[in-house]
Amino acid sequence: MKTLRFSALLGAAIFAFASPVLADEVVVYSARNEQLIKPLFDAYTKETGVRIKFITDKEGPLLQRLKAEGENTPADMLLTVDAGNLWEAAREGLLKPVQSKVLASNIPAHLRDPGNQWFGLSVRARTIFYNTQKVKPADLSTYEDLGSAKWKGRLCLRTSKKVYNQSLVAMMIAEHGEAKAEQAVKSWVANLATAPFPDDTKMLEAIAAGQCDAGIANTYYFGRLMEKKPGLPLGIFWPNQKENGVHVNVSGAGITKYAKHEKEALRLLEWLSSDKAQNLFADVNLEYPVNPAVKPDAVVSAWGAFRQNPLNLAKAGELQAAAVKLMDRAGYK
Amino acid sequence: MDATERAARPPRTGIFTGWRLAAFGIALLTVVPLAVVLSAFFSPEREVWQHLADNVLPGLLANTFRLTLGVGMGVTLLGVSLAWLTAACDFPGRKFFSWALLLPLAVPAYVTAFVFVAWFDFTGPVQTWLRAAFGSSGWFPGIRSGGGAALVMTLALYPYVYLLARNAFLTQGRRALEAAQSLGHSRSEGFFRVALPMARPWIAGGLMLALMETLADFGTVAVFNYDTFTTAIYKTWFGLFSLTGASQLASILVLLVFGLILLEQLTRSRMRYTQAGRHSQAERIRLAGARGWAAAAFASAVFLAAFALPVAQLAAWTAQVAVRDLDERYLGFLGHSLSLGGIAAALTLAAALVLAYAQRRHNDPATRIMVRVATLGYAVPGPVLAVGIVIPLAYLDNQLAAAGKLLFGQNPGLLLQGTLLVMLPAYLTRFLAVGFNPVESSMQRITRSLDEAARTFGVTGVAMLRRVHLPMLRGGLFSAAALVFVDVMKEMPITLMTRPFGWDTLAVRIFEMTSEGEWERAALPSIALVAAGLLPIALLLRHTEK
Repeated sequence: MKTLRFSALLGAAIFAFASPVLADEVVVYSARNEQLIKPLFDAYTKETGVRIKFITDKEGPLLQRLKAEGENTPADMLLTVDAGNLWEAAREGLLKPVQSKVLASNIPAHLRDPGNQWFGLSVRARTIFYNTQKVKPADLSTYEDLGSAKWKGRLCLRTSKKVYNQSLVAMMIAEHGEAKAEQAVKSWVANLATAPFPDDTKMLEAIAAGQCDAGIANTYYFGRLMEKKPGLPLGIFWPNQKENGVHVNVSGAGITKYAKHEKEALRLLEWLSSDKAQNLFADVNLEYPVNPAVKPDAVVSAWGAFRQNPLNLAKAGELQAAAVKLMDRAGYK
Repeated sequence: MDATERAARPPRTGIFTGWRLAAFGIALLTVVPLAVVLSAFFSPEREVWQHLADNVLPGLLANTFRLTLGVGMGVTLLGVSLAWLTAACDFPGRKFFSWALLLPLAVPAYVTAFVFVAWFDFTGPVQTWLRAAFGSSGWFPGIRSGGGAALVMTLALYPYVYLLARNAFLTQGRRALEAAQSLGHSRSEGFFRVALPMARPWIAGGLMLALMETLADFGTVAVFNYDTFTTAIYKTWFGLFSLTGASQLASILVLLVFGLILLEQLTRSRMRYTQAGRHSQAERIRLAGARGWAAAAFASAVFLAAFALPVAQLAAWTAQVAVRDLDERYLGFLGHSLSLGGIAAALTLAAALVLAYAQRRHNDPATRIMVRVATLGYAVPGPVLAVGIVIPLAYLDNQLAAAGKLLFGQNPGLLLQGTLLVMLPAYLTRFLAVGFNPVESSMQRITRSLDEAARTFGVTGVAMLRRVHLPMLRGGLFSAAALVFVDVMKEMPITLMTRPFGWDTLAVRIFEMTSEGEWERAALPSIALVAAGLLPIALLLRHTEK
């Protein structure tokens, strides 16, 4: 009973002192985790005096929360780690289109929404990694080629439940059509050395240990692993350079439809795309800046330059459900 | 029901009076989110269903069945045998094991899972050593499999059964067993024919908790990439962007669990489990020599695998990252976790008591069903339940805001969101089963003639609960409080979705680290969580062990 009275009191106190909408603050709902965004937000507050309040959660629940809160939501900005969920937020009518010359010039067209509702802020490349003791780079060529007979029993993959793989396959559907993409995924499954892994790091370790010879992962997992265990026999390969380029995804953001601090949120978004913030945004997780004028971290630059797939990332959202179904049909767990 | 019992019933018999009304109020807290989830059936998702049925459901159902069966048998075997050994027998190290075997409760199952994969997968130290020594580790059973998932979940969940079954064995008294022996039964027959059947509500209560957690789990099976029914739920929501389809799938899970609970209730509704004679501890069965050492070895093996190994690995990882990650904020995380766990445990305990007492007073089908519905929140996958809770609360919040605007001419914004007024009812909805099952089974130990006697002396209602029942429920109450305390601290989806801005707990820190695969860095908040979990377990022991 004491606790009941306590919470009632607390509730009353909160009701009485409910803070009015403050002018210089921005409220962010973020699926990008705290240690990756906090340094950035602190820097922004230091520079502009604008306070940033944020809450982290998974994309799915964040979107539902935003939807349930409706007009009264405190959120001004939604930040995610993939384009598919931004696309879904836009489709659900949770975001608001914004016109900004700064954003248009800082962010390449294929890494932002054609309808201007969301914008990529860092690039995450999903590429091929191989065991340097067992594979020569010359043996590698494209994602699709990992399904050819010579890779039988030599391939490792992460689970199809991860959105990064769903985006990759969605983009393959966009390029080749569903039938060809399904053929490619089926041929990967046939080549698997072991059941799909729960995360990229575990998969990279398996390649290094010789359980398999090659696999597909995001570059920053490789960067992190090599930082910890520099001696691992792992190499990075940029596939599809003669075709459409390396598959990339973005961590990005959009302004919410019912933002209470729209102007401040837009200023924050523009700042995040600027050369001042881009290194802070990308380097902390060894990702690539989305702004082509900004150089990546030295560790990242050392992996070499590559051509990225110029197809608009909105496709990753549009075709995500189709990709999930395709991977189910292909028996990719 | 005999004549005296009927005579002792209170005169008021309306459906919504007294205790039943209170129980109804508590059940409503669970019914609303469940109704939100179930309402998904109003918008059919034929295409999604067709796809799932054609491609994944048969395999997932088979996997789920195997996992549930494996974990069910595993936790019953481990939980009951260890409870019997530590409650009724004597062997080397018994005193230590009687509390140490509870400790795995404090380790989140997905953390144990990650440590097991790190150790026993192809790249782990065990197989690496085998390859170095014998050239191949191909024969080693794959840990990323159904067997691995069942093993880890058994190790993580057996304490539910252990704790409750132990309460049962400790309170059974010696008379029944003595009676069995005087009738010529051996000691092992006494166990199977008397002690075990008399402990049934406790074992069933613990087993039910373990099974509900298994069915609703996603985090642990995800580490093994072992697809179960919840995999389909998440895939439908996050992959196919259909929360509606996901809610429909989750509803089926809830109905299944409800069916299981009712079945279990029906088969024991005619039995009584009251204590025979005075509460007296039976003489322990001394396991001498090799049998005693075998018991000690068994208990050690479980303790090592379920607690010592995961915690040692966490400590090793923590040593690598603590320099970078440990800062003064951890005091805050710890404080938040402990206070949330403590307040939620107290609240859940109060609600569980009301439900258990209402069921005792009004033992009719309507009340029984209502009470069971109230505890169903534990069977819903966390994030789905969190959405079910947030949607009606956000609605209420928006109505409040509209009223505020109307009254004061200024929109106050969302007032409830991010306050304890949202978090605590949400935890209550989720963990009522965890609080209720131990309390309810203990309540069954109290004979009804005691209630009648109390009534003759004019002690009724709250006074009876406080003066007659509470002292006898001690064991059950402390078990319930400790379980809820620890479970709330480990909880992730509801905490993430309802916490105030900038107000993080240890579980939230684990989420921040694991969401981008930084498992080693998650070791620091994990080990802090384990340490925090020791507190309620220590309190439990102080108040139940003699």
